[in-house]
Amino acid sequence: MIEGYNFAYLDEQTKRMIRRALLKAVAIPGYQVPFASREMPLPYGWGTGGIQVTAAIVGRSDVLKVIDQGADDTTNAVSIRRLFANTTDVATTERTEEATIIQTRHRIPEAALREGQIMVFQVPIPEPLRWLEPREAETRRMHAHADYSVMHVKLYEDVARFGHIATGYDYPVVVDGRYLMKPSPIPKFDNPKLDRSPALMLFGAGREKRIYAVPPYTAVRSLDFEDHPFRIEKWDESCALCGASDSFLDEIVVDDSNKRMFVCSDSDYCQTRRAHGHGPAAEAKPATATKDAAE
Amino acid sequence: MRAMEAGFADPVSDAQAAFRAVLDAMARPGRLAHFAAPAEVPPGLGRAAAALALTLVDMDTAVWLGPACAPAADWLRFHCSARLAASPAAARFAFATAGECPPLAQFDLGTNEYPDQSTTLVLEVPGLARGGALTLRGPGIETVEHVGIAGLPSGFWGQRDMLHELFPRGLDIVFVAGNTALALPRTTRVEG
Repeated sequence: MIEGYNFAYLDEQTKRMIRRALLKAVAIPGYQVPFASREMPLPYGWGTGGIQVTAAIVGRSDVLKVIDQGADDTTNAVSIRRLFANTTDVATTERTEEATIIQTRHRIPEAALREGQIMVFQVPIPEPLRWLEPREAETRRMHAHADYSVMHVKLYEDVARFGHIATGYDYPVVVDGRYLMKPSPIPKFDNPKLDRSPALMLFGAGREKRIYAVPPYTAVRSLDFEDHPFRIEKWDESCALCGASDSFLDEIVVDDSNKRMFVCSDSDYCQTRRAHGHGPAAEAKPATATKDAAE
Repeated sequence: MRAMEAGFADPVSDAQAAFRAVLDAMARPGRLAHFAAPAEVPPGLGRAAAALALTLVDMDTAVWLGPACAPAADWLRFHCSARLAASPAAARFAFATAGECPPLAQFDLGTNEYPDQSTTLVLEVPGLARGGALTLRGPGIETVEHVGIAGLPSGFWGQRDMLHELFPRGLDIVFVAGNTALALPRTTRVEG
């Protein structure tokens, strides 16, 4: 543990400021609470919002897991886990079930979350309306009036131009029937896991200085149309390592002749399955009837 | 001259534990949070209320104290560097007892653009229990929660119901009774 820093790096007054923002975020599900984001020992874009949220909530008895695109062993996850190991001495884990706090960049673990767990999302752009309306004063008024017609028009234009809603990640959701929210750029595959989850979901955007939250058991609806219902991605392939056909798969180019391999994005899920004796599907690929026509 | 009561014995860990307790209470309305620290409490505040003050209040937050909580003013100034607000409407945090709570609409309810700029009311009541006559529904609650909150003046729930139509403006209330707390964010619906 590094000497000379306060527990969890941030000073106590900064933690109080973030804690007050977190309580209001939980009290108004999906609303973006402004907060005085601090300089962190990582640059903006490396998860400074999530790090500040984790630093404000973490305690000595917590067990921390950090994932980057589902994996525990990638650069961003390793450096954030090391930051907290160095400044708090809390236990860290790669097992989803053992963790009390899971900081994540752009995925929700495949294993079901439970009551008492806290997910901390790293958010680059918190405002779902930002690419449709650049003025903060306008988007704030649109949230105040629940005027989200512009987002419906955007999704309709997708249907008109491409024949389907062409949004694969950061798919807009409505929280508790009121606030339009960006679920951070998780794939839309993960959107159903937000809906009525037993875990508390906290979102931190460091550069944009916003914190928002989804309490447990809160309705989170992905926007869609009656004739173009929300659908998640499906794959013809199963994981080349563990054979899973129900998890989010990464496509990896493995040689110079463009050979590809599909593996689980969630490294803990994949390793747990392999430890339980699951392996690559031995038979020829299953029928491809499940493919989402929209993809 | 009276000696000032101490604050948290371990300010970093005690504040973290108290915050997680109130975060869990706010995220899951109807659950009771328990506070073990601070060991000493000032006149006018119970242990849960004192823990919330030490955890959340500082020079950036104006505090309004109801008459029964007013003896804690010196303690709040010393430990939290808190400014006292002249009226409930000017307070980011308000501490009061159930018998003398001002009309809820007098607190700062925030604006439609900034509903987070609203008062958090910490209301001391004679007793809190799970499984009481009140039925809670809303975010953070799987189906329903039943709780009992003793000692509230008649008309209290009517006043709170009136605030619902103002959402996203509203008032977040943490009921405290001695060492325990129960939070009702503005989204929680109360019946019974």
